[in-house]
Amino acid sequence: MVGIVSYGAYIPRFRIDTGEIARVWGEDPNRAKKSLLVESKAVAGPDEDACTMAVEASRYAIRRWGGDPADIDVIYVGSESHPYAVKPTASILADALGASPHVMAVDLEFACKAGTAGLISAMAMVKSGMARFGLAVGSDTAQGAPGDALEYTAASGAAAFIVGSQGVIARLNGFHSVTTDTPDFWRRAGRPYPRHGGRFTGQPAYFKHILMAARGLMEKMGTGPEDYDFAIFHQPNTKFPLSAGKRLGFPKEKILPGIVVNKIGNTYAASMLMGLARVLDKAEPGQRILAVSFGSGAGSDAFDFTVTENIEAIRVDGVPTVDELIERGRFVDYAIYAKYRGKILMGDEE
Amino acid sequence: MRRVAVIGVGETKYGEHWEKSIRELAVEAGLRALEDAGISSEDLDAIVGGNMSAGSYTGQDHIGALIADFSGIADRHIPAIRVEAACGSGGAAIHVGFNLVASGMYDIVLVGGVEKQTDVGVDMSKEILAGASDREWEAFFGATFPALVAMMAKRYMYEYGDIREQMAMIPVMMHENAMNNPDAHFHRRITVDDVLNSPPIAEPFHLLDVAPVSDGAAAIILAPLDYARKNYDTVVELAGSAVATDYIGMHDRPSLITLAANVHASRKAFRMAGMEVRDLDLLELHDAFSFLPIVTLEDLGLAERGKGASLVEEGILSMDGDLPLSPSGGLKAKGHPVGATGVGQAVEAVWQLRGQAGKRQVPDAEKALIQSIGGTGATIAINLFRREK
Repeated sequence: MVGIVSYGAYIPRFRIDTGEIARVWGEDPNRAKKSLLVESKAVAGPDEDACTMAVEASRYAIRRWGGDPADIDVIYVGSESHPYAVKPTASILADALGASPHVMAVDLEFACKAGTAGLISAMAMVKSGMARFGLAVGSDTAQGAPGDALEYTAASGAAAFIVGSQGVIARLNGFHSVTTDTPDFWRRAGRPYPRHGGRFTGQPAYFKHILMAARGLMEKMGTGPEDYDFAIFHQPNTKFPLSAGKRLGFPKEKILPGIVVNKIGNTYAASMLMGLARVLDKAEPGQRILAVSFGSGAGSDAFDFTVTENIEAIRVDGVPTVDELIERGRFVDYAIYAKYRGKILMGDEE
Repeated sequence: MRRVAVIGVGETKYGEHWEKSIRELAVEAGLRALEDAGISSEDLDAIVGGNMSAGSYTGQDHIGALIADFSGIADRHIPAIRVEAACGSGGAAIHVGFNLVASGMYDIVLVGGVEKQTDVGVDMSKEILAGASDREWEAFFGATFPALVAMMAKRYMYEYGDIREQMAMIPVMMHENAMNNPDAHFHRRITVDDVLNSPPIAEPFHLLDVAPVSDGAAAIILAPLDYARKNYDTVVELAGSAVATDYIGMHDRPSLITLAANVHASRKAFRMAGMEVRDLDLLELHDAFSFLPIVTLEDLGLAERGKGASLVEEGILSMDGDLPLSPSGGLKAKGHPVGATGVGQAVEAVWQLRGQAGKRQVPDAEKALIQSIGGTGATIAINLFRREK
């Protein structure tokens, strides 16, 4: 049996209200709240990046697990905001966790689904016997250009999953992935902000791939919406996952437990994984989960998990739940946000 | 001059066609029109295609030959020509097609219109559409297309008082009408409050005062009236067709609260058709901005100067009124795939006059007017349709 053996999440402490962003750009302060159902987003501090957040989330996962980091044989870090263009985040993470040097560690990039690509790849390594334990992390300090529609949701956060064949808390029942060449959202090398195709990012990109992957998986498994207790979808905003779920036949009650975007925004490579972590925080043994990521460019990974009785054992003190991480937010204004996110051109920059 | 009839009509659904290219849309509409006429593409003697900006939107120009080729008749070597008059391209294409048949030069002529707008982002689209105004004297100085029409509306309100609410009734009516049009871009009711509280675009226009960016295509087939009488039970004549122009830049026009091209084109078309404005059973007007139908009603002589808005308020233009306005849902709710729009209005007019308009049928409609505006009114095409009893 292969599956998730532990997990950890990390959300930076700072938040900005979407109304505050709207105020600066002269937009309706309630628009993002009403149309996207996103109230605020998480903002990484000046000393944080995708790597430090990956370390935080992974440390929580290891603390829950109680295992030896040296037993982790493979590490994947998925992000579209790796601090270095060349020099892996994964090698820093491996050293920081004490998993090095006898470990295969590598960075992945596939927009918002690089984290889940790492998750399935780590599980495959474990299942094939090439690794004892694997660690997959999705971590991003997502950037939206100032004034762009993305700025209301592009947020920071990380989620880490340890996978293995012993002490499994969520068994992998099945997996299905879809990929097409769909240019809905991209960032060229060397450019600070991504560009996107506006409404093209919806129907022909997000919905097409999410629905295709979810339907593909359910067909493979011979299941339907009624077989799952929770459905988690990539969440660029609150509206999209609710709408995707509705079109697949999932009632809102099965989707809402996995929603985090309303308070912390879209954490990109961590987005669906953060929703999965929130569901695992409260899931009961025997409950079944459908989880589908989406990465622009574009593709979706769909997972089918069943929670096992081992889940109780990893609910340890000293590791915050996703809700606890969400609740500890401190709001900053746009000026502080601009400073923290490096949006201010400093005098010594060339 | 020969009299001209419409023997076939067809259109695609209007909306966001992510999976279809401009050629697929054009061919889809064309084939529907041919099927409706019961003829094949090999029967065509000429093709006229209305299109504003395929080159900028999709990189594809040379639309005439493209349509002929992808209709499968490249080897027939018939003339196929694109007509461009900005947002009035469709109406202008009908006028050209009308003349080809009326002159006796060609018998069976397909008039198509197509636009694929969603291949570019919103900012790019705005930039392309600004080409409908005077680029050197208006657009280069920062005037967007909505801003220009907004100036007309502001001047109108300066002269005649606030008509914000009456203007808002037009998009509300259009969305209501579109509920019964399966080809419409939107199937969603809105209220006057929704319009007034939607995000501002250019004072006095808010988002819901303005037609959307749509993809779509429409086609009609023209033939001599005698041919139509011989071959079809119900005959709809294209009884009058006129295009008039005006100063392209608004600053040169003597007045901002009348569109001179409206007056000239409609007079000419009515004279040609031997019809009068009071004979009309329905209108399909160019409501790219909610203000435009109001000034048009006045230019057509349906309302006195300054009274166009009260006509809207009185309910005459609603589906159960005396003169329904755009049963299709208009540009606002049926959609506005620029080059297709005017031709799509003709498709609606013909369905209405044949009694084939389903739930949005205007009872026993006999005479219809369609209006296509290019730019801020520098080109206006008026086409009049009449069903033979």
